[in-house]
Amino acid sequence: MVAKSSSREGRVWHRYDRRQRLIRYVVLLLSLTVLYWAVSDIDIFWPWVWDAPNQIGSLGARMWPPDPRGLGEILGALLETVHIATLATALTLFVALPVSYIAAQNTTPNRACLWLGRFILVASRSVNTIIWALLFVAIFGPGVLAGILAIMFRSIGFVGKLMGEAIEEIDRRPVEAMQATGASKAKVIAYAVVPQVMPAFFAIVILRWDINIRESTVLGLVGAGGIGVILQGAIDTFAWPTVATILIAIITLVLVGEAVTGVLRRRVI
Amino acid sequence: MTTRSSAPSPRQGRRTWRKPPFIANPWLRYGLWLAVAVYLVWALGTLPFNWARIAEGVPRAARIFGGGFPPSFARADLLFTGFKESLQIAILATLLGVMLSIPFAVMAARNLVPRPVYVVGRAVIIVSRSFHPVIVAILFVAAVGFGPLAGILTLTLYSIGFVGKLLAEEIEEIDWGQVEAMKAAGAGYFATLVYAVFPQILPRQVGLSMYQLDSNLRASAVVGIVGAGGIGGTLMNAFGRYDYDFAFAILLVIIAVILVSEGVSGWVRKQIW
Amino acid sequence: MLEITNLTKRYGNDAPVLEGLDLKVEGNSVVAIVGASGAGKSTLLRCINRLVEPTSGSIKLNGSELVTLKGAALRRARRKIGMVFQGFNLIDRLTVMENVLAGRLGYVNLYQAITRRYPRADIERAFTLLERVEIAHYANKRADALSGGERQRVGVVRALMQEPKILLADEPTASLDPRTSEQIMRLLQSLASELSLPVLINIHNVAQAKAYTERIVGLRHGKMTFDGTPDEFTKSALEAIYGGIEAPDDELTAPAAKPRKGARGVTHDDPL
Repeated sequence: MVAKSSSREGRVWHRYDRRQRLIRYVVLLLSLTVLYWAVSDIDIFWPWVWDAPNQIGSLGARMWPPDPRGLGEILGALLETVHIATLATALTLFVALPVSYIAAQNTTPNRACLWLGRFILVASRSVNTIIWALLFVAIFGPGVLAGILAIMFRSIGFVGKLMGEAIEEIDRRPVEAMQATGASKAKVIAYAVVPQVMPAFFAIVILRWDINIRESTVLGLVGAGGIGVILQGAIDTFAWPTVATILIAIITLVLVGEAVTGVLRRRVI
Repeated sequence: MTTRSSAPSPRQGRRTWRKPPFIANPWLRYGLWLAVAVYLVWALGTLPFNWARIAEGVPRAARIFGGGFPPSFARADLLFTGFKESLQIAILATLLGVMLSIPFAVMAARNLVPRPVYVVGRAVIIVSRSFHPVIVAILFVAAVGFGPLAGILTLTLYSIGFVGKLLAEEIEEIDWGQVEAMKAAGAGYFATLVYAVFPQILPRQVGLSMYQLDSNLRASAVVGIVGAGGIGGTLMNAFGRYDYDFAFAILLVIIAVILVSEGVSGWVRKQIW
Repeated sequence: MLEITNLTKRYGNDAPVLEGLDLKVEGNSVVAIVGASGAGKSTLLRCINRLVEPTSGSIKLNGSELVTLKGAALRRARRKIGMVFQGFNLIDRLTVMENVLAGRLGYVNLYQAITRRYPRADIERAFTLLERVEIAHYANKRADALSGGERQRVGVVRALMQEPKILLADEPTASLDPRTSEQIMRLLQSLASELSLPVLINIHNVAQAKAYTERIVGLRHGKMTFDGTPDEFTKSALEAIYGGIEAPDDELTAPAAKPRKGARGVTHDDPL
């Protein structure tokens, strides 16, 4: 087959055929247009951009060395952050599990419940934790309750969606077998659904707890408790060495959280 | 018929069976329950709840939702400007972040670089992943001032962390035979990267970029809350001025935009793969 | 006594999977239902315990109509009909004992079911049956730790825990190796006589059907083409059931619910 075409002289080779090239040019042109629009239209004072590295550098210099005073207060706030994340994750389950049950196609009692469940999941997931926090701070005032509720309301969508998917992906055959024994719907769920989604449940809860620890660190910036409150305070008073200590504390907390979830994941699953 | 120790008393007629507990050791089992109870008491006891203020919550909620409905789109121009800025921040940050994530991903891939470089690359990725974008944003706002520049810098770093991590993992799993083939052909380090490594990670990279654009658009809505530009600032102002009807209008549009962006991003990724 | 009259089942507007089927099973006989995949064997069995809703017709178990039952009455009827599945349909993450006791779910209340506090008589019966099939020492093992033959024995014991008036077995040996499937067939045969229980077995292995049952019913395209003793099951009867259906039988039996197997039973296990 090679010999057949080798008679022709002056062959050319292209990486892409004509249609592929056309698509690539259109996509490229479109991207460049969008980029040009974004760069030219954005409300940025360009001299500041060229000065930004200096500014960032000088901020970094002002933070050094980290100030270890107030470490006790920082550790207290870290603990509060962990409490917020943990309590919120625990509370989430009470809402997320029923919601996932009605939002899964194979367990939902009826169409109305299915759509209600899906609406709750979408609403919860579309609003960021910090926006939820803004809302709850306005309602319940600054403090940890607003933080816990904010984390909880965001987590319901996450846990509920993944649990709903886990329920939809179960093996149908044990369900059939349980129905054949004359078991009621509740018993079929207890025996054929719950055991099958248990591993997914643990994995999802552990994953969300890890994410919630990260998210709890920022709640304080809108007044919803945790380490963010003293971070905001330190920034407002230009106490940059303290800010550095808080940042180190946060990164340590996040890494410890990640390590703990790693161990839990290996233990439980 | 032999019954092993796992089966209860072999005496006929008086056999019982209990479900074997999830945790075999009774001390550990009950200890765990006790630990959970103690933790709950401790956590709830030490957290500073301001009950007097919380009690006002119901009338306040009524006022907020009463003031919020129906949402007001009277200041649609402000809404539009905010979203335009969020979109611009997301686009520029994604572009910068995705481009910068490539060198950092190479640095953080164990199989391509010497150990010291690997440690630096990993450290950059770990640090940029550990900080929530809002914290990074507040620092950039402090350094370079209010406005979209801080937002772009924040989300660029955020993208480097996320895309860089996944890309580094992808690089570590590439088919090494292609790299050897390039080396055998006498290619240098960068030629090997371009011919043997990048083609293998490109599909993944394009998919990740689309995902990251979606993700950055979401995040750009919140970094504004601490002054890094975009719709978040507009939302924060509306809340601060008790303009709840405008705030709810913004929220509704944010949800709509996120849903659309999620759909578009998912569609594009499906087309690519 | 099981009495099926004029049973028809069609999915949507497709050609019927079962058409005007009449079948009477009395006493403690073991009946094999043979037929190519997609002939409607599985649908027939599932119509009896209403895992599949019949389109029309009547199914009577010991004189009471099953087709019209709903809700709690249907569940009460189902617990008297044991079923053994091709894929065992065990709950993998639960222990053998829990799987076996699940056969009592139609009898115990929800609290007992969730806390696994089954009546002593149930546990006694479970141990007795597990010993009968020689797997009592696995009681506290997880179901997915067992081999295929052992898993099917758990499936059989679960069905027997229901104290059924009839046992349905849907291709109970199709997922097992030849030796193990012989054991399971022998087990079903002897249980039928020990417990004086009628057993309906869907099976595509004609040799096993002839060896372990006393009556063979042949289905083709949802209609009965043969009903008689294994001795009467001749080459012409076989031809009437499988004739013209060769290896790629999915096209020929297209309206069938789920074409799960190829025609292996015909081409490889065929004894004639």
